[in-house]
Amino acid sequence: MSGFQMPKPVLAIEGLTVSFDGFKAVDDLNLYLDRNEVRVVIGPNGAGKTTVLDLICGKTRATGGSIQFDGRELTKMKEFDIVRAGVGRKFQNPSIYENLSVFENLEMSYPAGRKVFGALFFKRSAEVVARVEEIAAEIGLTGQLHGEAGLLSHGQKQWLEIGMLLMQDPELLMLDEPVAGMSVSERAQTAELLKRISQGRSVLVIEHDMEFVKSIAHKVTVLHQGKVLAEGSMEAVQSNPKVIEVYLGH
Amino acid sequence: MNSTLDKFFGGKQGGIGLLILAALLLLVFPLLLDSFRLNMVGKYLTYAFVAVGLVLCWGYGGILSLGQGIFFGLGGYCMAMFLKLEASDPESTKIQSTPGIPDFMDWNQITELPLFWQPFQSFGFTLLAVVAVPAILALIIGVAMFKRRVGDVYFSIVTQAIAAILTILIIGQQGLTGGVNGITDLKTLLGWDIRTDEAKTILYFVNAALLIGCILIGRFILASKLGRLLMAMRDKEERVRFSGYDVASFKIFVFCVAASFSAIGGAMFTLQVGFMSPSFVGIVPSIEMVIFAAVGGRMSLLGAVYGALLVNYGKTVFSESFPELWLYFMGGLFIAVVMYFPNGLAGLWQSHARPWLARLRLPDRRQPSMKPKPPAEQPGAGGATIDAVPAKQLESTP
Repeated sequence: MSGFQMPKPVLAIEGLTVSFDGFKAVDDLNLYLDRNEVRVVIGPNGAGKTTVLDLICGKTRATGGSIQFDGRELTKMKEFDIVRAGVGRKFQNPSIYENLSVFENLEMSYPAGRKVFGALFFKRSAEVVARVEEIAAEIGLTGQLHGEAGLLSHGQKQWLEIGMLLMQDPELLMLDEPVAGMSVSERAQTAELLKRISQGRSVLVIEHDMEFVKSIAHKVTVLHQGKVLAEGSMEAVQSNPKVIEVYLGH
Repeated sequence: MNSTLDKFFGGKQGGIGLLILAALLLLVFPLLLDSFRLNMVGKYLTYAFVAVGLVLCWGYGGILSLGQGIFFGLGGYCMAMFLKLEASDPESTKIQSTPGIPDFMDWNQITELPLFWQPFQSFGFTLLAVVAVPAILALIIGVAMFKRRVGDVYFSIVTQAIAAILTILIIGQQGLTGGVNGITDLKTLLGWDIRTDEAKTILYFVNAALLIGCILIGRFILASKLGRLLMAMRDKEERVRFSGYDVASFKIFVFCVAASFSAIGGAMFTLQVGFMSPSFVGIVPSIEMVIFAAVGGRMSLLGAVYGALLVNYGKTVFSESFPELWLYFMGGLFIAVVMYFPNGLAGLWQSHARPWLARLRLPDRRQPSMKPKPPAEQPGAGGATIDAVPAKQLESTP
């Protein structure tokens, strides 16, 4: 029911398949993501959730099928070209540069000086500083801006990585378990953050925490054994007997 | 702003360190040492070029090349080919069956100067080739390896293999390369006799100035965003890749820079020592060069110079008195560095000497400003093999 909406989807995944030595981690998957949509992908362990993100951002290469992003075919593109096309991806474990300051972490993702000589002669202009400060305020790390990133708490590291993605101003933001290991209040803050930053872009989130999913998801996709098991509102999905059987009902 | 202030302090300290090194190389050594010893220091310093390159590509970039002798040798051979051609004018080679070609070619029944030797009759071409030939080879190796994501220990092994291959090639092609003896009997550079004491002193200063130039280039790279990217890649390569960077291109760049530095060292070696042979190309010298950088401190451009000086000095002293023990001592030194002071002399300076000096100056006050954090000089644990204690601000160490 979701694939036939009028506006053209930002992300259109069709017939996506990847097999590792014959095991199909993702099997003929179809998924459409609209502009300004926050979509949460849930599913039991091994359902292929992270693999889908890997396939979109180019970390894993598809065996078959297509991933259209804004009319561009991602399956053939290099990782850095996919990022430059507007896809940002946060990893499951906070992946930040521990030895650099928070400022430098954010600056590293500023979309300039991305080539060798560009980086060599990159200047920290007022524009860059302003952008870094803006994003730091957004993720609540203004006070830690010049501290070492390795000294941040786990939750702050997760926010920092989200901030690094925001620096690139991606059209599609993909977050792999953004609230894992966070306290209740940090989860609430992250939900607020996601609501703010999803304005003007699409967000694809993998998450296990159902309270969190409820608070942010426009629509939920349930994956099971590499296929879409159900898709729709959180309520619809939660009352779907197939979903209850494989996942929610334990 | 805080970070600018930090940068300034780091820059000032780094500047002091560089001044001390420059004074040592350009004043103290020339004043204290006789011509023979000075030439010896000059020879040690040619290895410092390699060590400085290794700080960039291994210390910061995490790329452990165990084949820097390849580039040192290529640079040295390019220079030696030019000098050999100059020494082989028809007049001084008239007893050969083919006058005007290098003597070893004549011995190997070669009657014509091989094609690839001919451009080396031009000094301009030679200077270009000294840097370009190794850089192009590094580019080819880098593209082949890094674009395919070959890294870490596999990369190190491949560089070793290439060093071995190049040695075998040079030794096997005796008529083209001078074989195991190398290219010897070099006399003049553009008519200027390089064997006199005076020439050796001048070459020493040229060498020292070039080394300081390489250190400055290294500093520039490390202080730029590229320097921070190298560290970021070393610690979280995937994150850098998925932030829109072509990780391989940065690795290739720093590997090429390190290769060029090594090659300049090699060319200066040929000029100062008067010959070049495959014994500076292979696996053993390449590993020795890594030890110089490790002992000096793989995160410190200046430390690498001291490492090269000290280890080579030790080698000279020890191998004079206990030639058979030297290799064991060298191995022991490397193990000790890896296990007990992974950041080398520069790390020891940073963790012990610097705080002690600070206490001397300010006996009753701990002062936090002694720990500046200039961005490019804030290394962490990393590197391909030696990882234990995170390095901190080693770069500002003299």
